[in-house]
Amino acid sequence: MKMKGRAWKFGDDIDTDAIIPARYLNTSDPQELAAHCMEDADAAFAGKVQPGDVIVAGKNFGCGSSREHAPIAIKASGVACVVARSFARIFYRNAFNMGLPILECPEAAEKIQDGDEVEIDPAEGVITNHTRNESYRADPIPPFMQELLEAGGLIPYVRRRMEAGGAS
Amino acid sequence: MPMTIAEKILAVHAGRDAVHPGELIEARLDFCLANDITAPLAIEAFRRAGATKVFDRGRIALIPDHFVPNKDIASAMQVKRMRDFAREYGIVHYFEVGRMGIEHALLPEQGLALPGDLIIGADSHTCTYGALGAFATGVGSTDLGAAMVTGKAWFRVPPSMKFVFRGERRPWVGGKDLILYVIGKIGVDGARYRAMEFEGEVIRGLPMAHRLTLCNMAIEAGAKAGIIAPDAVTETYVKERAKRDYRVYRSDPDAAYEAVHEWDVSDLEPQVALPHSPENVRSVREVADVAVDQVVIGSCTNGRLEDLREAAGILKGRKVAPNVRCLVIPATQQIYRRAMEEGLIGIFLDAEAAVSTPTCGPCLGGHMGILAKGERAVATTNRNFVGRMGHPESEVYLSGPAVAAASAVAGRIVHPDEL
Repeated sequence: MKMKGRAWKFGDDIDTDAIIPARYLNTSDPQELAAHCMEDADAAFAGKVQPGDVIVAGKNFGCGSSREHAPIAIKASGVACVVARSFARIFYRNAFNMGLPILECPEAAEKIQDGDEVEIDPAEGVITNHTRNESYRADPIPPFMQELLEAGGLIPYVRRRMEAGGAS
Repeated sequence: MPMTIAEKILAVHAGRDAVHPGELIEARLDFCLANDITAPLAIEAFRRAGATKVFDRGRIALIPDHFVPNKDIASAMQVKRMRDFAREYGIVHYFEVGRMGIEHALLPEQGLALPGDLIIGADSHTCTYGALGAFATGVGSTDLGAAMVTGKAWFRVPPSMKFVFRGERRPWVGGKDLILYVIGKIGVDGARYRAMEFEGEVIRGLPMAHRLTLCNMAIEAGAKAGIIAPDAVTETYVKERAKRDYRVYRSDPDAAYEAVHEWDVSDLEPQVALPHSPENVRSVREVADVAVDQVVIGSCTNGRLEDLREAAGILKGRKVAPNVRCLVIPATQQIYRRAMEEGLIGIFLDAEAAVSTPTCGPCLGGHMGILAKGERAVATTNRNFVGRMGHPESEVYLSGPAVAAASAVAGRIVHPDEL
């Protein structure tokens, strides 16, 4: 599925507290979390982001906490994909488990500017920047992660294996 | 084939003779845990999976420690969901308020995290247990929910990096200072996806409380795990606590490391991380005249008995500066009791510090010590991101307990020797 929208550009080391501050973690309701998405990095973000928009960031996006509320908040805010130079480990894992598409692409992270109109094909790993008439190729998603995505995330994957008698 | 301790533990749990960095494996877990923020989503995942029982009700810990005693109705509802789940599925290690502690202080203390274990926790600081010679790593709630069903998790085998500390520690320099120094050198993504293995004569001479602190912050360098090979210190700590068998693994002498860093820390002074990143590290003597409004001594990083003793040693016979609020939070009920029996709590009260029941509250800006706009804190916690302890325009400086206690007295960040 292709997605098209405005790019929201952030810097390096965007941490999970910036994505969803802990003061809002007394709930796990996606819409409530979305209302505060990216609040401590850009207080205006949650009010302006549109479905299909894309977060573009530098290195180590999602560092810090294990809170799955971070990818939940991003997904529920309407963001279709996160493109970064690199991702922190737990965030990367959580995003796949939650079904939030994310792509590592240093070139896109560098060249896409805030407000650019971008189109992404996550399956092919192709990022098109309509504003600048450029296109960038993301690092391929590892086969096991593709398997998880194909199953629809970790829980359907586990479920399928339980039904096959593979787990106790 | 020579392997690191991390590779050995992962290989054994995957039922394999050997594993290589980069490989994806599925491995059996010895223990898993979640807290009041992460468990509700894990429970949701567990139910979505259609599971009717947990893989082993004695190998799961559910610990309400972040927003407890419940700070509001919403957090009360979260904890209730966790408590109800624990009852429904007969979870042995559910720790209620009054019996609980901050998870990463509590589980080692209770002998539930052991050498050679493979552990996942729905909390990023799960890497703390590497201090015991376990491979322990933080995951999200969905991973944890799936683990409660299957007792397994998938892992990408991380490359290992070795950090060797030579020399002798100066007074007031502890595990916190060593790890802040490392993060200052390699950065917050310097060990991203790696296992950080700590060794050298300084580590061998390091008490367990300091080792736990050191491994706790491996995640602040982006690491998957921090790990210290078990030795006599580990054995002494573990043998009186363990309620099940455990195994000791050590790296082979010719195991492959992606990088080796070796430092002589004999001249190292206490370290401080300035806002807003744990990599923004200076020696405390280079932090000039920073006035603080609040001091927090506690958390999964530095809320252990040894930390409280160090803080009390400085606060004894002194008062917290008039413009400073000093919060002391023993990390577990047992630590609280020992601190009371040793007279530490009296010292804190005489110094006009506030002493709290165990909670993670202030560390993550949850409750019990939220900063207002423009306020500044020095804390023994592990993160100083923007808004971490409250208002997005507040500031957190990270230090060990000695610097924090001295700063509470001085009203500004100081070296303990300056008092």
